[in-house]
Amino acid sequence: MAKRSFKNTVLPTILTYIGLAIGLVFAAFPIVWMFFSSLKSNTEIFALPPTLLPKTFTIAAYLTIFNDPVKVRFFINSYFVASVVTFLTVVIAILTAYAFSRYSFRFKNTLNVFIISTQTVPPITLLIPYFGMVVAFRIFDTYLALVMTYMVFTLPYAVLLMTGYFNTLPKELDEAVMVDGGSSWTALWRVIVPVSVPGIVATAVYTFLLAWNEFLFALTLTKSMDLRTVPIGIQLLMGQHAFEWNEMMAMSVLGSLPLLVLYLVAQRYFLAGMTAGSVKS
Amino acid sequence: MIGYAPALTTAQTRTHKKGWLSYNTLRKLVPYFYVSPATFLLVLLMLFPMLMVLRYSLMDGAIMKKDAAFAGLQNYITIFADPVFWQSVGQTLYFTVMSVVFHFIIGLAFALLLNTTRVDPVIRSILRVLYILPWLFTAVIIAIIWRLLLDPNGVVNSVLSALHVIDFKVEWFSSTSTAIHALTFANIWAGYPLYMVSLLAGLQGIPKELYEAASIDGANEFDMFWHITIPQLMPIIVSIALLDFIWTMQVFPLVWMTTGGGPIYSTEMLSTFTYKLAFARYEFSLASASAIIILIISMSVTYFYIKHQQRR
Repeated sequence: MAKRSFKNTVLPTILTYIGLAIGLVFAAFPIVWMFFSSLKSNTEIFALPPTLLPKTFTIAAYLTIFNDPVKVRFFINSYFVASVVTFLTVVIAILTAYAFSRYSFRFKNTLNVFIISTQTVPPITLLIPYFGMVVAFRIFDTYLALVMTYMVFTLPYAVLLMTGYFNTLPKELDEAVMVDGGSSWTALWRVIVPVSVPGIVATAVYTFLLAWNEFLFALTLTKSMDLRTVPIGIQLLMGQHAFEWNEMMAMSVLGSLPLLVLYLVAQRYFLAGMTAGSVKS
Repeated sequence: MIGYAPALTTAQTRTHKKGWLSYNTLRKLVPYFYVSPATFLLVLLMLFPMLMVLRYSLMDGAIMKKDAAFAGLQNYITIFADPVFWQSVGQTLYFTVMSVVFHFIIGLAFALLLNTTRVDPVIRSILRVLYILPWLFTAVIIAIIWRLLLDPNGVVNSVLSALHVIDFKVEWFSSTSTAIHALTFANIWAGYPLYMVSLLAGLQGIPKELYEAASIDGANEFDMFWHITIPQLMPIIVSIALLDFIWTMQVFPLVWMTTGGGPIYSTEMLSTFTYKLAFARYEFSLASASAIIILIISMSVTYFYIKHQQRR
């Protein structure tokens, strides 16, 4: 009897813990290694035998970044572009999602398929005409070029997430406002939006993440150092001083920080957003 | 935002009173008003550019020449005659299929581990947060993390030689025999959390009664996994795998930042092949033809994805 219970309860539990531990090393080790490397001196990074913790902690790499206006500018650019993209995307997505959720109209299905398929259009296909367009409109190497083009891939997600969220709200909520003589516009902003804060947070966090991580358009549609974003900044750093590993790691830590903070603060919303596309729709 | 509301209400009432359009017509226009900004942006940023790239692909010297002439299918013929293109197709396929398969296996394994009741819920929720971490990192950062770890003098080689698995310093990203595998591995590491999170949500949605009924019928855990869990998760698996296939096929920054397609084209993907045609060789017409080929492949998978989504 004792043997049986060992086989059925204790052993699976031990195996589960072993599995979880292997998973933890797989998932987190590279990130932990990056973090501690940013606190090592450049000579210590490839020291033999390698140690996880630095023998001498140094924040020199971070200070170098903070004291370099060019690198600080990368961060300002990323924060600015990602924030503007997030704001515009969320506002436009709220309008579109409201129509999808509350009205039936001609072309609704066409538009819906259009939006879903936009998710899967290869960025490289759009990049070449964007380059042509951006040059023709004389907005090459401007924030506008980045903000506009980013929206082609942030908007579809935002619309799908917000539509899913609005669909969970009872129609009586906004109909009550309209029965009292209010317009649907009033109902949307005064009633629907205030109760949709969790959905809006999920959408905003997800949009920010997409915009913050964008690489291909930022690489191609900007040229001057004043407009480069963090991912491009890291790439340039890598090209210029290929051996400043601690500085590149510090830059990576700083470049991941906003997403880590957003994730930890808004984790619940974030996961809801991430699964919405695959599970609920 | 709320500040705008009264102004528009008055404007709507005024139009209504003037009788410029009947009230009913106005009401029918309301949804179009709401979808117009998104529609405008997507037409400007998707439909129009796709027509442009199609046109470029049929021209000779697009963007570069002022009077670019119509060239018919010549660009496509040139692309199909290029052995590097076919090599890129093969490598993209290997990279994508391996990534999708291992994303799924690791994602499912982690989801099952996190779904078990054998472990303390607090530990589970902490691990759940940690297991998602790779997903939050930008491709560029993932690229340099793995360049650091897989450096010939890096920690992976140190550990492997300490364990006597290797007896020389492997140049993971700069040897033609290992680069594609190292690259694929980095991408597998970066991409499993999407499956994990979705499958975990799916697991939690499976009715408990199904398992109870099966256990009364004498089914063991393995039977339940094959006959309940997997079929119940199938719709999610298919959706995520199709999306992942499309997205992985298009991966650019990770390849660009680790190997740049080298050494000697050994990690050239369709995306880097196309990018180099356009922005290293300024052959925008050829690049457009190549981009259209990627679009066609991706759209044919998208077709199945949309069909699958609509069936659900």
